[in-house]
Amino acid sequence: MEFRGFVAVKDVTLSVNEGTIHALIGPNGAGKTTVFNLLTKFLTPTRGQISFRGNDITGLKPAEVARLGLVRSFQISAVFPHLSVLDNVRVALQRPKGLATQFWLPSSSLSSLDERALELIDAVNLSAYAHLNASELSYGRKRALEIATTLALDPAMLLLDEPMAGMGHEDIGRIADLIRRVAKNRTVLMVEHNLNVVADLCDRVTVLARGEILSDGSYVTVSADPRVREAYMGTEHE
Amino acid sequence: MAVGTQYLAEQPKLRTTSLVLGAVALAGLLAAPFFLYPEFLMSILCFALFACAFNLLIGYVGLLSFGHAAFFGGAAYYTAHAVKVWGWEPLTGILFGAAGAAAMGLIIGFIAIRRQGIYFAMITLALSQMFAFICLQVPFTHGEDGIQGVPRGHLLGIVDLSQPLAMYYVTLAIFLFGVFAIWRIVNSPFGNILKAIRENERRAVSLGYRVDRYKLGAFVMSAALAGLAGGTKAIVFQFATLTDVQWQMSGEVILMTLLGGIGTMIGPMVGAGLVIALQNYLASSQFPVTVLIGIIFVICVLLFRRGIVGEILELMKRKPKGTI
Repeated sequence: MEFRGFVAVKDVTLSVNEGTIHALIGPNGAGKTTVFNLLTKFLTPTRGQISFRGNDITGLKPAEVARLGLVRSFQISAVFPHLSVLDNVRVALQRPKGLATQFWLPSSSLSSLDERALELIDAVNLSAYAHLNASELSYGRKRALEIATTLALDPAMLLLDEPMAGMGHEDIGRIADLIRRVAKNRTVLMVEHNLNVVADLCDRVTVLARGEILSDGSYVTVSADPRVREAYMGTEHE
Repeated sequence: MAVGTQYLAEQPKLRTTSLVLGAVALAGLLAAPFFLYPEFLMSILCFALFACAFNLLIGYVGLLSFGHAAFFGGAAYYTAHAVKVWGWEPLTGILFGAAGAAAMGLIIGFIAIRRQGIYFAMITLALSQMFAFICLQVPFTHGEDGIQGVPRGHLLGIVDLSQPLAMYYVTLAIFLFGVFAIWRIVNSPFGNILKAIRENERRAVSLGYRVDRYKLGAFVMSAALAGLAGGTKAIVFQFATLTDVQWQMSGEVILMTLLGGIGTMIGPMVGAGLVIALQNYLASSQFPVTVLIGIIFVICVLLFRRGIVGEILELMKRKPKGTI
């Protein structure tokens, strides 16, 4: 997977290897979320190319990218607030199971999705809350629900935008475990500010600053890079 | 605009209550023509269905159309023409009107769906105004005169619709069918996706949904049902005029829906009933109807933001929570 050449981000050639957890870090405004938006086609690159599993996806629309198995999360938690936890996951299951366009069937026809949905909800430890509205969940649980919803698509690649942002200690541990578990047979690209999490979880780290790649490699290599220490860790990390 | 609300259907407790209320309401509707003037009731039924169709879009997809008069009034013209000039059977004529409205919905929706919020509203307004202008110019609508003297005819060649009671029950049946269709759409797999799009469109996209197609689908369904109401009205009142295609009519249906309660099943019906009843009873008095409706509207927006039915449902939801 690679892409290069943007306006807000330029000359970024990033390749993520299948089956790895790859972190994208950098100071605020470095262009991390822009890269995410470009990868998932929420933004269109001015120049450059994006390919996924050998296919050029540069010209696709967001929904088409998602259908290929490249599914993202958002920085601000992305749940459907007034739907129940169960419904949130069912919405994700409806399309792959071909139960999304039938306007003549009763909603009860969706109960065939319940088994799989509850499995996914159980995997993120939300079984006790399955019938609550998503808006009633705590922040950490909303993020967990978001991951369950994303996993419902069984994506080949997950893009997680700051999964730990705004979380307490216990939540961080829980979500980190969850990411490690789901990454077993998938590729994960995550933007994350919490460097302990990055050091712990990620196989490879790319540091972005002012829209350009500053450093790339394992956490040890990257954290030893003097340019990275100066631009990023020197000011933000302990 | 407060569109992020959904009430019935998800509330199991409300479900039994609404079933009972529904049965009472149905009995009331069946008995009503023996107590009230049937033409007045049929007018309410047509506008109530129109408002429900409009609500399908704003209440469950979050799209404010300011051009629904084009579908309501357009269908009235199509039905009137088919029945009067081509001599079609009335029900076929009404269905023809609804199909015509659906086709217009496909064109207008296709253009408007690309924009959101106020821009969406403005595009629908502009396109419906263009349609109103066409209606004024083309010969088949008879300009300012409209199509007058549309025969009610015989339903399926059997039932004589010139009998007020027969006409009333046919209108009621069409109304119930339309409302059931809306209820089914809202509570279907498709409706579930519509709600998800309304709640968080970007998330729906990131889950692989081509949201424009869902919105367009809902737009066409809403247009078709508005057309069903408009076509029925043309048969009931035996005419189709410019009044029904002009922007004031689009404004009126917004008012009805807001008054009754956006995003509720029965709110738009209550709103339509209220507005039509006021227009009817105040028509003979000295008091200007528009002023009174304006005052009611301001009061409603200031005090009951969820609309009449919306506020009642909110109260019912709150009560059990307080007692636990």
